Amino acid sequence: MAKMKFLCDAERCIECNGCVTACKNVNEVPWGINRRRVVTLNDGVPGEKSISVACMHCTDAPCAAVCPVDCFYTTADGVVLHDKDLCIGCGYCFYACPFGAPQYPSPQERAFAVRGKMDKCTFCAGGPEEPGSQAEFEKYGANRVAEGKLPACAEMCATKALLAGDGDVLADIYRKRVLRRAGRPQTWGWEKAYGADV
Amino acid sequence: MKASNNPTRDVDKGRRRGRFALLAFLGMMFLIVALPLTGYLMVGETAAQAQQGAVNPLSELWRGARQANEGYTAVTAPQANILITDSGQNWRQVRNGPLATYGAWLMILALVALAALFLLRGRVDIDEGPSGMTVERWTRSDRILHWYTAVLFILLAITGLSLLYGRAVLMPVMGSEAFASYAQAAIYVHNYLGLFFAIGLVLMVLKWLRVNIPKGHDLSWFLSGGGMLKGKHPHAGFVNAGEKLLFWTLAVAGLAILITGVILLFPQLGQSREVMQVSLVVHAAASILVITFIFGHIYLATVAMKGSMAGMVGGRVDVNWARQHHDLWAKELEEKGVRPEPAPARPEKEAPEEPRPAAS
Repeated sequence: MAKMKFLCDAERCIECNGCVTACKNVNEVPWGINRRRVVTLNDGVPGEKSISVACMHCTDAPCAAVCPVDCFYTTADGVVLHDKDLCIGCGYCFYACPFGAPQYPSPQERAFAVRGKMDKCTFCAGGPEEPGSQAEFEKYGANRVAEGKLPACAEMCATKALLAGDGDVLADIYRKRVLRRAGRPQTWGWEKAYGADV
Repeated sequence: MKASNNPTRDVDKGRRRGRFALLAFLGMMFLIVALPLTGYLMVGETAAQAQQGAVNPLSELWRGARQANEGYTAVTAPQANILITDSGQNWRQVRNGPLATYGAWLMILALVALAALFLLRGRVDIDEGPSGMTVERWTRSDRILHWYTAVLFILLAITGLSLLYGRAVLMPVMGSEAFASYAQAAIYVHNYLGLFFAIGLVLMVLKWLRVNIPKGHDLSWFLSGGGMLKGKHPHAGFVNAGEKLLFWTLAVAGLAILITGVILLFPQLGQSREVMQVSLVVHAAASILVITFIFGHIYLATVAMKGSMAGMVGGRVDVNWARQHHDLWAKELEEKGVRPEPAPARPEKEAPEEPRPAAS
């Protein structure tokens, strides 16, 4: 069984934010919400590294564990999705997520903790609505996976730093890269997201 | 000639050659032994370097990233510049683990204990029967304040417990859609009524602070189990020691609930996720403690003691009830010269039982 994963190659990411833009464009993400972001560590210092991060679709997802209404589910491909019809905007997934993936309609910080329905990366796999339907698009964005395509962010990545797809395939690609450049593997975030044995 | 002329020089030459050969031999022996040893020297140096933490600088970078080091990001969401935070996992473990488990057990055991107590003791009558004469116990403003806070408390307790335990208890019964729409309503009720409850709680604590200052006879009240275990009723003033304990629990835990509640209600104050995680655990733990105390409070005021409810409903209590449960206060009233009045003419009615927050 395939397990969909993201892998961002820090040796290749050039912080162009093309993935952020591609995501916003394809999914028509509302103003103020960014499902994906690029974080640069040691910015401006020699050896700075950039990482594109969104929902990592964790194997044992903390968001799903703490949700009071149990609105999260994992697809057969290992993608973590949620049902906006059930979401009550409590913010617990935002507290629990290690990657800061859950987003709330702008302005994010409102009085009386009114956050609105949570929004996050869907791995371009839509939501619980009919695949490809208007309702699905309006709530969750594009369902590229149903069309046999991969997430737009990874497909758009100019340096092929951001990889998306079956974890085993990604690992093979990444292993070859590491062997070629004789560096050390930096499977960024994998241990956190998928457990220690990957 | 030459040779015979310089015999000493020849001897010198021979000696010098011999000395040189010896030195060369010793030097070679030294190098033969020493050169391979330089291998140890180099190995030792590199081992020492590794021990001194000469690590791949990149691994330091990723270790920092896992420890919530901040970077730069163009996205302006709160704390978007942090790649990984571990505190969320801790929060998940605490909330779903000890907090939910021990909290549920505390409340269930409290209810079981109260049920057992009722089976053992039943309703405690007024020993000498109602006298028909009453004295004022709670003024109108006291009663309005009490019921205002009590109704809000029950609403907040039910909605709050629904958010913590609803997924385990209510959702299997109601179905996910019905429960989600209830939870949506619950969170609005909880978030908006919370501040109104806070106002009531603060006023209540301030208004009743003076009568709840602990006194010497409170200790003996506790030692005799409030008269529940031994037959003789211990001394008590206007409020007994158990009520004082409830008051101070409400004051301290209530203050914690209030502060953490405000932190959670207004995320725009700029507090971090970590602060909100801790706040939510404190909020829930303190609330469960107070709910447990309120279980006991409701039990004692409604089912356990005959004549108690009248004080908070009509404001007046029977003189015999006052002498039995609050003897020092009754004596004080007599000394002050407060004259009991006959109970209102309407037939004695059982005080209505207030709804009890479900342990769900």
